[in-house]
Amino acid sequence: MPTIADAAAEKARTILDRLPDRQSASIPLLYLAWKTYGWLSPEALEEVAALTGLSSATVEGIAGFYTMFPLRPRGKYHIEICDNISCYINGAPDLRDHLRKKLGVDFGQTTSDGRFTLDHVECLGNCCEAPCMQINGKEYGKLTVRKIDEILESLD
Amino acid sequence: MAASETLLLLKDLDLTGPRNLEAYRRIGGYEGLSKCLRGLTPDHVIDEVKKSGVRGRGGAGFPAGVKWGFVPKTTPNPKYLVCNADEGEPGTCKDRVLMQYDPHSVIEGCLIAAYAIAAHHVFIYIRGEFWGIAEILEHAVQEACRANLAGKNILGTEYSCDVIVYRGAGAYVCGEESGLLTSLEGKRGNPRNKPPFPAVEGLYRAPTVVNNVETLACLPSIMRNGAAWYASLGTEKSRGTKLVAVSGHVQKPGVFEIELGKITLREIIDNLAGGVRQGHSIKAVIPGGSSMPVLLADQMDIPFDYESVAAAGSMLGSGAIVVLDDTVDMVDFALRLAKFYAHESCGQCTPCREGTKWLVEILKAIHEGRGHPDDLETIQELFETELTSICLLWSAVVMPVRALIEKFGEEFRAAIARGTPDLSRMGQPGHPVSVLAE
Repeated sequence: MPTIADAAAEKARTILDRLPDRQSASIPLLYLAWKTYGWLSPEALEEVAALTGLSSATVEGIAGFYTMFPLRPRGKYHIEICDNISCYINGAPDLRDHLRKKLGVDFGQTTSDGRFTLDHVECLGNCCEAPCMQINGKEYGKLTVRKIDEILESLD
Repeated sequence: MAASETLLLLKDLDLTGPRNLEAYRRIGGYEGLSKCLRGLTPDHVIDEVKKSGVRGRGGAGFPAGVKWGFVPKTTPNPKYLVCNADEGEPGTCKDRVLMQYDPHSVIEGCLIAAYAIAAHHVFIYIRGEFWGIAEILEHAVQEACRANLAGKNILGTEYSCDVIVYRGAGAYVCGEESGLLTSLEGKRGNPRNKPPFPAVEGLYRAPTVVNNVETLACLPSIMRNGAAWYASLGTEKSRGTKLVAVSGHVQKPGVFEIELGKITLREIIDNLAGGVRQGHSIKAVIPGGSSMPVLLADQMDIPFDYESVAAAGSMLGSGAIVVLDDTVDMVDFALRLAKFYAHESCGQCTPCREGTKWLVEILKAIHEGRGHPDDLETIQELFETELTSICLLWSAVVMPVRALIEKFGEEFRAAIARGTPDLSRMGQPGHPVSVLAE
């Protein structure tokens, strides 16, 4: 099995060297492990633990605190629809329903073909573009049902 | 954008892409830093920023120079400057504009602040969801390093300072400065008790100043043009300019720059953001981010500055203005707010962890027609625990929900009435009917 150290050894070393404290490297290393493996498997968490000198339980506790870290595999496209206040009053509830119906999954679930994972999230900090969402970190705003359909169709 | 709204921070900003180092230097970029490093002592810089009157733009509005003054002068510990770029207060999307389109103004501001407190490390803690913006910042940091504007012996002087861009990973509570520092230490982002304040004991227990992106971005022009110039903008207590993000039910949502106290809330909404949606009227306005109490439609003619918004019973906060029109069901809205804070409570303090959860349960019951006549009283009792937690997250939901109940009590009482058994249906005594199954 490859380790973060094999796949991105230099980057891991830079992260550890650049920060004044090894534990501070935990979040950047979790990002690196996520990027390397696609999700944070128990093995990936153990590698971060080994690199930071923390217990794997501590690392799991850290990863679990932050909503962005995937502790389960996600689909090829991770859709995060915002429904905080500015989006909420601008039609986000209808868009949420539409996405659930269209993809046939509930929030937190992945479509059976592994293409889409659907999540609803709190404020994405893009309130002037409300209602908004992100797909794999890319921002989309001023959404409508039709626009969502077009965006999903444009994905390969 | 009209000239009146592009005074300083958004001046000449090209909103098609980040302003690179060359373009930034053409308009006087890094002259402020150069002036500090080549001719002013750190104490001079602190004095100048105190005189400018610039206040913390993240929400608290605390004078920036005064905050720096709390850092002990003689300490064996290193000191840290942390830029709070964890823009997460719902409704707030102004710092992202500065970082995305003018990253060097933020970096130069960080370096000026770091020099003033004698720090040699800057951390820019940016929320994880701002994927592309973090890369823009990182790229700008590398540009600055290559041009000897950051790193070792900046501009050939004795002063050295590294800038590290650090990503958060999705936690509202990390926007609170002690939670941010705990997160920066690589831990779960639980806030810490204060005192000790970060200026005395912050990151790695060393003196640390945490400033908001917008606050820091004001510094280059303050140092270049002088404190008096900056202080001439705004009002006596609310100096300078402020970015406002107007969202919700307006025709032209957007981020605008206003001179504090020189424009009213109504003018911001009507003249800058195009007014409320066609065919609707304003029901309420949140003036400073989701944690702030709502103002009513008849409170729109106040000048937009810290004092006037406070006098109207709310807070200017982050300057995030959310306009709610007459279609908004306030019980539903209060529930939506409460769910957010319940989701984001870090869970270490019982009043917040349990309070947010129970507030959701009660509001949900009222909203779904299962309300009880005592519910509003129960909520008020719950709110008595407002200031019993380590940080202000619990208070951040108590404040807006309390205001919603106070100002739209009728809606809450009507919703509760829907869930109250209708005793009149019992009819007059005298005709008892058996309800036993046969």
